[in-house]
Amino acid sequence: MTSAVDIRGLSYSFGSHRAVDDLALAIEPGECFGLLGPNGAGKTTTIRLLNTLLPLQAGDVAIFGRSVRTHAMLVRRLIGYVPQQLSIEGDLTGRENVEWFARLFDVPRRERNARVDEVLDMVNLRGDQSRLASTYSGGMVRRLELAQALVNRPALLVLDEPTVGLDPVARDSVWRRVAQMQRDHDMTVLLTTHYLEEADALCDRVALMHKGALRALGAPDDLKAAAGVHATLEDVFRHHTGETLDEADAEKGGLRGVRATRRTARRLG
Amino acid sequence: MSEPRVEPPAVWADRQTRSRAGLLVARIGTFCLVELQKLRHDRSELVTRAVQPVLWLVIFGTTFSRVRAIPTGDIPYLDFLAPGVIAQSALFVAIFYGIQIIWERDAGVLTKLLVTPTPRAALVAGKAFAAGVRSVAQAVIVIVVAAVMGVALTWNPLRLLGVLVVVMLGAAFFSCLSLSIAGVALRRDRLMGIGQAITMPLFFASNALYPIEMMPGWLKVISHVNPLTYEVSALRGLLLGTPTNYWVDAGVLVGSAVAGIVCAAALIGRLAR
Repeated sequence: MTSAVDIRGLSYSFGSHRAVDDLALAIEPGECFGLLGPNGAGKTTTIRLLNTLLPLQAGDVAIFGRSVRTHAMLVRRLIGYVPQQLSIEGDLTGRENVEWFARLFDVPRRERNARVDEVLDMVNLRGDQSRLASTYSGGMVRRLELAQALVNRPALLVLDEPTVGLDPVARDSVWRRVAQMQRDHDMTVLLTTHYLEEADALCDRVALMHKGALRALGAPDDLKAAAGVHATLEDVFRHHTGETLDEADAEKGGLRGVRATRRTARRLG
Repeated sequence: MSEPRVEPPAVWADRQTRSRAGLLVARIGTFCLVELQKLRHDRSELVTRAVQPVLWLVIFGTTFSRVRAIPTGDIPYLDFLAPGVIAQSALFVAIFYGIQIIWERDAGVLTKLLVTPTPRAALVAGKAFAAGVRSVAQAVIVIVVAAVMGVALTWNPLRLLGVLVVVMLGAAFFSCLSLSIAGVALRRDRLMGIGQAITMPLFFASNALYPIEMMPGWLKVISHVNPLTYEVSALRGLLLGTPTNYWVDAGVLVGSAVAGIVCAAALIGRLAR
C-alpha cells in the first residue's frame, strides 16, 4: 500500500545550520502520527518541506504517492494545514474566514455553503459564525483554523503545535475534535506537539526528533516498554537523547513558539 | 519514490483543476471579495484616508486656481487637478499594500495562503486587484467631493467604468511594486521608510499637479517612464475629455501591472522562509 507520507533521505540546511538531517519515515493512511521533539529539532522544517512551503534541497517527500517536488499543486489540494501561529483574518467573520478557504480550495459553488456549515458545526462555531474573528478567544481561533483546514476534506491533516499557548480546557477541546474528525473521516493526521502526554493519548505512532535527526520511531507503548518499566514518553526522549525535553528547549532559546503565539493572540484581541 | 501511485479516494473527486486563466480569475475574484468584506466591516479607513486627497482638492486646488500660476489651457486648475488627486489617493493606498503582506506573514496568514492550490502569480494578482478594490472605493469618494466642488466631470457611465478600470490597473502596479519591496525589505519599518521615500517623488514626477510641458528636461524623462503619468492622462481624458492616447496609456498600465505581478510573484516566497 502506498504511504500517506513517504519521506526519504530528507535534509535541509539554513546556511550552515542543518535543520533536518537525512530523515526517513513513512506514515500510513488513516494513521495519527506524532512528530515530537524540542524547539529546533527540525519538526516545523520537516512540515514546511512536505507542505511545499520550502523547496526541497536533498531527498524527497511523497504525499499519497505524489512527490512534492513534481506535483506541488496537487499535494496542496490533499493537505489541510494548521500552522503553529494563531493565524486567521481578524477583520472577517468566522464564517467569512472559512468561506475564503473554501474558495481558495475550489470547493464547488453548489456545495460551498453546506460544506462551510458542516465544518463550522464540526468545530462547534456555528453559533459564533457571524462575529468578527478578532473577538474570538484563542481556543475558538484554533477551532476556526481547524474548520479552514477541513473545508477541503483533506486526505492529510497537518497540525503544527496546534495547542501551544492555549489553556488546558481549549487544548482538550481542540484534541477531542481532531480525534473525532480522524475517526469520522478516516483522515491521516500528522501533528507536532510539545505536550508528550497528548501525543501519548492521541497518536498511533510517534517519531522523536532531536537536532534534525530521527532518534526513535514506534507506537508510544512500544517505545515506553523499551525504555523501562513505567516509563513515560519523556523518559523515552531522555533515553534516546541523553537530555530532557525542557533542557533541550532551553538550549534552543526556550519557548519561542509559545511567545509568538501569545503575541498573535493579543493582536487578535 | 518507486511505488505505484494510488488512485485518489472517492472523497478527492471534487478536486477538479481549473485552467491557468480560470484559476487566475477565480483567485482575483476571491481576494477582491475578501477586501470588500473587510471594507464592509470597517469603513473608518475609507474616511480617514479620504482626508488627505480632499485637502489637496480643497486647499491646494482652490488656492492654485486663484494664483493661476500653472498653465492648464481652457481647463480650470481645480478640474485639471481632480484626476491627479484620484490617481494620488489610489497610489497612496497601493504603495503601502506591502505592509499588509508583511503583517500577514507575521500573523501566519501568508503561510496558510501559500499552501493553498494557488500559484504565486495568482496570489499576487489577487492581492494586487484587492488593492485596486480599496483604491476604487477611495477614488469614488474623491470623485464625489470633486463633483460637489463644481469640477466639470463626465457622468457618462462607460467613461466612469473606464475610470475604475484605470484606477484598478494603476493600483495593481503600485501594489505589486510595494509587494516586491516587501519581498526584499522583509520588515514593516523598512518598507514604511522605502514607501515614504518613493511616494512623493512618484507623485511630483508625474503630470498629477502640473503639465509635463512645464517640467525641466530631466524631470520630463522621469515622468515619461512613470506609470502614474499614464494613469493621470487616461483619467483626465476619461473624466474631462482632454486629448490623450488611450492605447499608449492602457498599454503602459497593463504592461506595468503584468511586470509587477511577475516581479512580486518571484519575490513573495522570500517572506515565507
